[in-house]
Amino acid sequence: MAEEIKLMKGNEAIAHAAIRYGCDGYFGYPITPQSEIMETLMALAPWKTTGMVVLQAESEVAAINMVYGGAGCGKTVMTSSSSPGVSLKQEGMSYIAGAELPALIVNVMRGGPGLGTIQPSQADYFQTVKGGGHGDYRVITLAPASVQEMADFVKDGFDLAFKYNNPVMILADGIIGQMMEKVVLPPFQPRKTMEEIKERSPWASVGKPKDRKRNVVTSLELDPAEMERNNIRFQKKYREIEDKEVRFEAINCEDADYLIVAFGSSARICQKTIETAAKEGVKVGLLRPITLWPFPSKAIYELGKKMKGILVMELNAGQMIEDVKLAVECSVPVKHYGRLGGIVPDPDEVWEAMKKELEIKPDLSSSSVTDAGESISKEQLTEVISNLNQMVP
Amino acid sequence: MDTKDIIKPENLVYAKPALMNDNPMHYCPGCSHGVIHKLAAEVIEEMGMEEKTIGVAPVGCAVFAYNYIDIDWQEAAHGRAPAIATAIKRLMPDKMVFTYQGDGDLAAIGTAETIHACNRGENIVIIFVNNAIYGMTGGQMAPTTLQGMKTATCPHGRTPELNGYPLKISNLLERLEGTCYVTRQSVHTAAAVKKAKKALRKAFENSMAGKGASVVEFVSTCASGWKMTPDQANKWMVENMFPEYPLGDLKDV
Repeated sequence: MAEEIKLMKGNEAIAHAAIRYGCDGYFGYPITPQSEIMETLMALAPWKTTGMVVLQAESEVAAINMVYGGAGCGKTVMTSSSSPGVSLKQEGMSYIAGAELPALIVNVMRGGPGLGTIQPSQADYFQTVKGGGHGDYRVITLAPASVQEMADFVKDGFDLAFKYNNPVMILADGIIGQMMEKVVLPPFQPRKTMEEIKERSPWASVGKPKDRKRNVVTSLELDPAEMERNNIRFQKKYREIEDKEVRFEAINCEDADYLIVAFGSSARICQKTIETAAKEGVKVGLLRPITLWPFPSKAIYELGKKMKGILVMELNAGQMIEDVKLAVECSVPVKHYGRLGGIVPDPDEVWEAMKKELEIKPDLSSSSVTDAGESISKEQLTEVISNLNQMVP
Repeated sequence: MDTKDIIKPENLVYAKPALMNDNPMHYCPGCSHGVIHKLAAEVIEEMGMEEKTIGVAPVGCAVFAYNYIDIDWQEAAHGRAPAIATAIKRLMPDKMVFTYQGDGDLAAIGTAETIHACNRGENIVIIFVNNAIYGMTGGQMAPTTLQGMKTATCPHGRTPELNGYPLKISNLLERLEGTCYVTRQSVHTAAAVKKAKKALRKAFENSMAGKGASVVEFVSTCASGWKMTPDQANKWMVENMFPEYPLGDLKDV
């Protein structure tokens, strides 16, 4: 069968991919810049085709608890929101992690704090990878840098959620959500039958037959000794995920003297930055963490040993830089460049900042041309930002 | 004649429902929860829905409801049971789904979830135990606490100036087009228990008939929280709670 190539927004790709994956239920609440996810689902009306439930909840709080309820039945369920709404979901995510339920949550980040702005940001890195809700838990975090990855990470996210019975977040930002790019949509796969669900999730609350004990989906355990055992089990699972599930992309890192670490749309911008650096005779590589937790610490440590300096570029005041610094164990200078509150830098601005922060002297005699892959064009960015300017929160 | 001759099917008027297990209950003496649990278990059993029922437990005294009734359960975050029940029922429409919630859970922190699940006409049963106090946390003021009633957080008595008014949330829910049955019951006498069981059965049947949301409020006692003996608590409930929360059907369509 020929590949189906479509042109669409990242948000729309999520909706299409969810239906095609065989998702059983989406529960959401409108918030810019991700409302197209629920709008697309409602327009596609998958309850008429695959039987997928799509429901607009009364709040983000209700939506994440609907996800808890659906996940507790072993169903393949998801929600999506943007930063202020994701703050409201943190309680539910803690419960989902505590009850060890599989669930997919999408955050299309916008500038904060508070109501902030509807323009793109990456300021929810800490909230996502360091906790967000209460208790010692972790959320597997996938950071897409293209519309294609928005589609692909729905499958990857659900697969990981069910592999580890753990919440998974797709941490995108307003650029990736709103930008239009070519995307190859995944093939349709059927929703799981109740028999398959019982096989996959024998702990799920689906109605108790006479021949098994009752299933109780809960995060409550008043006996501290038992609760410690639960926590130790969680931590063991988290260490396993850190061992097995790290994902990253390394671009032009082999003979680089300097390294940029950036995720999501920032990485796409920095692809152009390393091309500019090459023209000025400086070899810069790009390490793009795809999983933000588990973080590619080992890869960054190994690369860092060969580098003269590292720049961490984020659309925030310096969050992921803490994990990069921990990873390199002071073996190399690590500096940060970021723009805040919805401003997106262009690739040249990043390069100028990098030269200044790391005291890099260009060497035009070794100027070269390199291809670091498809960056986000200025035209694409301008379109995204002007579209967002016409939206309301 | 010994007991074997007396206990025959035709003479049997009372038995423990098979769905109630032998776990010792954590409820205080005189608490209404035990009776309401038993009624729920009896109705589920008599309807033959043991294998198809999923309960959603609250945060509050009934947080451990799942320890006593032998069906599949989910334990909700405080106030969120109706949202969880919504998803369970929508994803598995052939199951019988109910929430079991107290007054703080349902009428304070979970007000939005309660009203919207009812307004959407979710085909679920909401069992609402109203004892006008937070039992689990040690007797603080509830949204349904009566005027003048003393609790740990209104030690001088509830006043409208400081605390507003007792929330008659069943009257609110009765107004919503998504509810098909809203009733107020109690379990303080044998006759009341019989009536309450009928109401509960109707609510569960409605949910399977797809008629919309059914709410069964139980005006209840909290002897410990009210600092009374069980007998005093029952009398106090009749004299003080019933005038504020009159028993009977508020809506039955």
